[in-house]
Amino acid sequence: MFVKITSKPGTTRGNETGSWRMGTKPKFLRKNCIGCGLCALICPEGVIDGKRKKTYYCDYNYCKGCGICAEECPKKDILMVEEEEII
Amino acid sequence: MEKHLLAPGHAMCAGCGQSIAARIVIDEAGPETIISNATGCLEVSTSLLPTSSWEVPWIHSLFENTAAVAAGIEAALKHTGKLDRVKVIAQAGDGGTADIGLQALSGMWERGHDVLYVCYDNSAYMNTGVQRSSLTPYCASTTTSPPGECSMGNPHREKDMIKIAAAHHIPYVATASVGFPRDLRRKVKKALDIKGPKYLQIFVPCPLGWRHETKYTYKIGRLVVETGLLPLVEYENGELASVRKIKEVKKVDEYLKLQRRFSHLFKGTEECRTELENIQSLADRNIEHYDLLLK
Repeated sequence: MFVKITSKPGTTRGNETGSWRMGTKPKFLRKNCIGCGLCALICPEGVIDGKRKKTYYCDYNYCKGCGICAEECPKKDILMVEEEEII
Repeated sequence: MEKHLLAPGHAMCAGCGQSIAARIVIDEAGPETIISNATGCLEVSTSLLPTSSWEVPWIHSLFENTAAVAAGIEAALKHTGKLDRVKVIAQAGDGGTADIGLQALSGMWERGHDVLYVCYDNSAYMNTGVQRSSLTPYCASTTTSPPGECSMGNPHREKDMIKIAAAHHIPYVATASVGFPRDLRRKVKKALDIKGPKYLQIFVPCPLGWRHETKYTYKIGRLVVETGLLPLVEYENGELASVRKIKEVKKVDEYLKLQRRFSHLFKGTEECRTELENIQSLADRNIEHYDLLLK
């Protein structure tokens, strides 16, 4: 008997882990951003992106709300805000 | 959104240090890579059947034979003449590397396979419920080394895997930390440009097992280096080739206080002070041994 034990590449994209957030989410203020890209580099989910300064954003479908980006932004340009706040 | 070779939607905890490191490693290696992955957090949380987070060929072996499986893949690529185009990475946690997989790993190094072995060191068996491993640091609280009346946490020092690897005279051995992601990226690139067996040990904070706030993952990854507890070093062919110097040395308390696995050391008793001094002396010894101070 054969059992299929292989999976298609990148298919966890179907799991929207944004529902894991515990009440706060990052807000990208885009005021003092210098485009260093640190937030994108150290996001555990790899869901922050941006092309140049003041363009960074994150995909809330996957963001687990850990807060590393807000804690480490050298310009304090990312804030953790209440989940209900409309961005 | 930039497409990474480790897709989102995986089940690693919020603030997981390992997910940062694993993504940097595979993005730097590129799509022409085959991964052999040991059992562990990284494996269970990125391969929830019938899904996978990986955008490259990836095989889950066992705890003990990751290096052997990677060596087999390398041998097959060599036989079919594809080794110049395809890279092989073996990856495991600290338990899979320093405890269970050490024998196969030593064999892979000794036979000289062209494989990069990456150890994600979160300092305990986090996947199975935070049991002590041989890379758990001195005095850390785990479920199998709980502090109490008779104990101050883990009574043993962690193994020096770097020196064990270097003693195999392999071309490249290095330590890295998620607190220094660009340094990590450079080391992955450097390792993959070298033929032969390579070993990279990455320090990855674990909010679940170390009981720290998820937002401090990166900060702890920096503090461990700045205190001297984790020297960022590179060995080439068994000889020390470079160390990352520390500009301003921090006290170990600053690093330990952020993690509740060390909270029993801050009760103010005589015994606590002695153990804190012991940990500080481990850091001081590293600074002296590797000459880490920037003069």
